[in-house]
This record gives sequence, C-alpha cells and structure tokens, in this order.
Amino acid sequence: MIELNDVSKVYSNGVKGLEDVNLKINKGEFVSIVGLSGAGKSTLLRSINRLIDISSGDIKIDEKSITSASEKQLRMIRRDIGMIFQSFNLVKRSSVLRNVLSGRVAYNNTLRTLLNLFPQKDVDLALKALERVNILDKAYTRSSELSGGQQQRVSIARTLAQEAKIILADEPTASLDPVTTKQVMDDLKKINTEDDVTVIINLHFVDLAKEYSTRIIGLQAGKVVFDGTPEEATSEVFEEIYGRSLKEDELLGEENL
Amino acid sequence: MMDTKLNGPLPAKPSRWPFYFFLIGLFAIVLISAIYIGANPLTFIQNSDNMVDLFVRMFPPAWSYIATTTPAMLETIRMALLGTTIGMVFSIPIMFLCARNIFRLRWLVELSRIGLNVLRTIPDLLLAAIFAAILGFSPLAGIVALSIFSIGIIAKLSFEAIENIDNGPLESMTAVGANKLQWIAFGVVPQILPHFVSYVLYTFEINIRAAAILGLVGAGGIGVFYDRALGFFAYDQVLALILYTLVVVIIIDLISLKIREKLL
Repeated sequence: MIELNDVSKVYSNGVKGLEDVNLKINKGEFVSIVGLSGAGKSTLLRSINRLIDISSGDIKIDEKSITSASEKQLRMIRRDIGMIFQSFNLVKRSSVLRNVLSGRVAYNNTLRTLLNLFPQKDVDLALKALERVNILDKAYTRSSELSGGQQQRVSIARTLAQEAKIILADEPTASLDPVTTKQVMDDLKKINTEDDVTVIINLHFVDLAKEYSTRIIGLQAGKVVFDGTPEEATSEVFEEIYGRSLKEDELLGEENL
Repeated sequence: MMDTKLNGPLPAKPSRWPFYFFLIGLFAIVLISAIYIGANPLTFIQNSDNMVDLFVRMFPPAWSYIATTTPAMLETIRMALLGTTIGMVFSIPIMFLCARNIFRLRWLVELSRIGLNVLRTIPDLLLAAIFAAILGFSPLAGIVALSIFSIGIIAKLSFEAIENIDNGPLESMTAVGANKLQWIAFGVVPQILPHFVSYVLYTFEINIRAAAILGLVGAGGIGVFYDRALGFFAYDQVLALILYTLVVVIIIDLISLKIREKLL
C-alpha cells in the first residue's frame, strides 16, 4: 500500500509541484493520473520513489516511510518499485539483456554486478521477463537497434526482472504510435492482473485512462481534483480537470486502436 | 506566388558590430604581441645563408644512424605505452570526481578540478626535468612525466564527455535502487567507454611525440640521441632521426586513427 500524507512540493524556483496531496493506493490497483502538462503528474510519480524529494508531508510504502529512509533503506525500497519512462531511459549501447539485468543490481553484491557476474537465476529471470513481453529474440541485440515500442517493452521487462511490487510509469506511451501504445498498455495490464502488481501511470490520453485503469486521479495545479472509478470519470469531470472541453489530441481515438 | 507582405513589424535585426569589434580587437592583440616580441619577417631573409647552410649539411641523411638508434626508438615507444597506461588508470577516479553530474558535492568536484588544472599547467618537459633530477637520468623519469601528463589530457577530455551523457539511464539506475558504483558501472560507463578509449589512444599519439623529445632533458628515449647529434653538429644524423621519428609517428597515428574511427 502506498500512502501520501499532506504531501507538498515547492521547487526552488517557487513553482508549486504538489499541494496537500493525500492519497491511499492499495495493492493491485491500476491507477491513472491525468491532468494538464505542469499539473504535477510527474512530480507525484517521482515523489513515490523519491527521485524528487518532497518539501513537506510523508510518503509510506508498505508502512515504511520513504521520506525519512536512510540511503540503504531507500535503495531497498526502490528495488521493489519499477519505473518506466517516456524516453525509455535504456543504455542504448548496451545489450537488451544487460539493460534488463540492470534491474537486478540491488539484489546482488556490488563486486559481482561490476564484473557482470549475475547469478544464473537472475539471468533466467531476465530472459523469462523478455519472453513475457515477446522480445526474447532480441536478448543479445544492442538496445539502440530496437524500435521505440520494443525499447519500452525492454524497460517493462526490467521492472519484471526487478520483481517490482509497484510499477510507476511516466507517460510510457507518449512517444509511441497508437498500435504500439496498445501493446504496451496491454503488457502493463497483464502484469497488473497476473502478478498483482500495483501500477501507477501518468497518461496524456484520457480514453486510455478510462479503458485500462481501475481508478483515475485528476490533478490540477498540484492538487487532487478528482479521484474515482473510470465510470465516474465522465466528460464533465475531465472538462473540470482540464479546465475546458477535451480536444481531439487528448483522445487516442478508438478507431486507431 | 504567396503574398509575402508581413502584417506586423519585423523584430530588430541583431547588430553585426560586436562581431566586427571582436575581430579588430583580436587583430590588434596579435599585432601588438608581434611588435613587443620583435618578430620581424625580415629575419628570415637576413639569415637565409644560415638556413641554406644547415640544409646542405643535413644531406645526405646518415641512414646508418637509424640502426644505431632503433633500441632507443623502441624505448621511446615503450615509454609512451607505459606512460599512457599508467595515466589512464589514474585518470579513471579523477574524471568521475570532476564531473558535476556524478558527484553532487560541489566542494569535492571543484577541488578535483583545481587539482587537475594544476596538473595540466605543468609542461611535460618540465615534469621530465623534475623527475630526471629526482629519479636519475633514465626512462623511468620519462614514464612518470608522461603518466602525469596523460592524466591531465585523459581526465579533462573524459570528464567533459561524462557531463554530456544522457541523463535518462542514470535516472533509471537510481530508480532500481543501484548504489553509486553500480549506478556508474551500468549508467555511465557504457555511455562513455568509446569516448574514453578514443581519448586514451589520442593521448598515446601525443605521448609518442612527447616521449621523442623528453631525452633532451635526460629522461631517456630517442631524445637522448637528438641531444647528442645536435651537440656534435651532426646534422645528417639529425635529419635521419627526424625522418625516422616522422615515420614512426605517422604509422602509430594511422593505426590509432583507424581504431578510433571504428569505436565512434
């Protein structure tokens, strides 16, 4: 369970990223966070694994505060939280397998990982993860040779190899075409239902949010302005979150899928 | 054709004058420097006799000298090889310490950079002279001098490469819970490795040339023979040495260039 208690974030330039956010996210939920650019979606997501330090409040992951965790505790908490980025964030010069194995570093002693001597069970886990996202044949390929959709599936495989209990996905489909978007979303949904992994995802397209999630959170200027089921999230609700009616480019469009 | 008439006013065009002033200023500085130094192009013409005389005495080159100096030439290459390798090893920690995106501790980064800059301001010949005085007139002095000289080049170029890497993989390594060493090994090293190897090879090229003249201050290698030949005014031997060095430098530069092209 993830708990955010009175979380606020003020950036050094005075911009308010988050303001008094209180949330409880249970295990196994598929939560979409929607809102305009700059509404605080990324800030919220990055606060959860402390890629961003919050200004006040507390964030607990399974009863353990990540806000007050020591360096070592922080690494152990992060180990259980997978993250997927809009720009994939793979090391493009490294092989696909090495990128997936990098999800295992926090499980192994430093010297072993530096020498690239991962235990066989870790390698097996990484290969199995690649198979689950259907790119096992690319295991020894250089990551730069993969298409955008394939690269994003590698980063999903990394979270699988990481045996993450929570997956944070920051606009994972924003640089993908509609068909690949659907594959990536299906992969995330499959992991969510089969492995009972909590997924928290920032989405630009509201119809994707409605189709895939079990819960939608709307942010506006760092505040939670909506928190409910996809059924409750009507067009009027989105108009309120976005401060205006939805535009064509905020819908992926069913006909594209 | 499209109507190109603008509806609004055009923004003011940036002035070219600052650039012209800069050029004039630069020219003035060069000219003033030349006057103070007393660099007079006429000197070349006035002393043309000397030049012709030198050239005449250089020919024919003393080819037999090449055989005599081959062991020293090999020693020069070995000095450059060892100097570059040792320099490479020591530049690894320094380049990470100097990169702002690796260590967030400002004082540590600034201190490392000051240290590196101090290293870089000492000319290689001065280093060689100092170590020749300390360690005796031997190739060892040259190797130590070249090692320090190499750290300056490799660490400087590499830390700048590190600061230009893609931040994304670093962020994802933080997110998986990697410690600092793992973070560097998985996020930074693959991104800079080709650059780093290329800089090491480039430094090796420079070191071959540097090692060839270190002997002038008694630090071993082919330079010892340069010193000797010049001392005896044996210009035919000097020419043979120059040509020999040129061939070796060209061959090594070509090999290194080929490898570097493959890497990047």
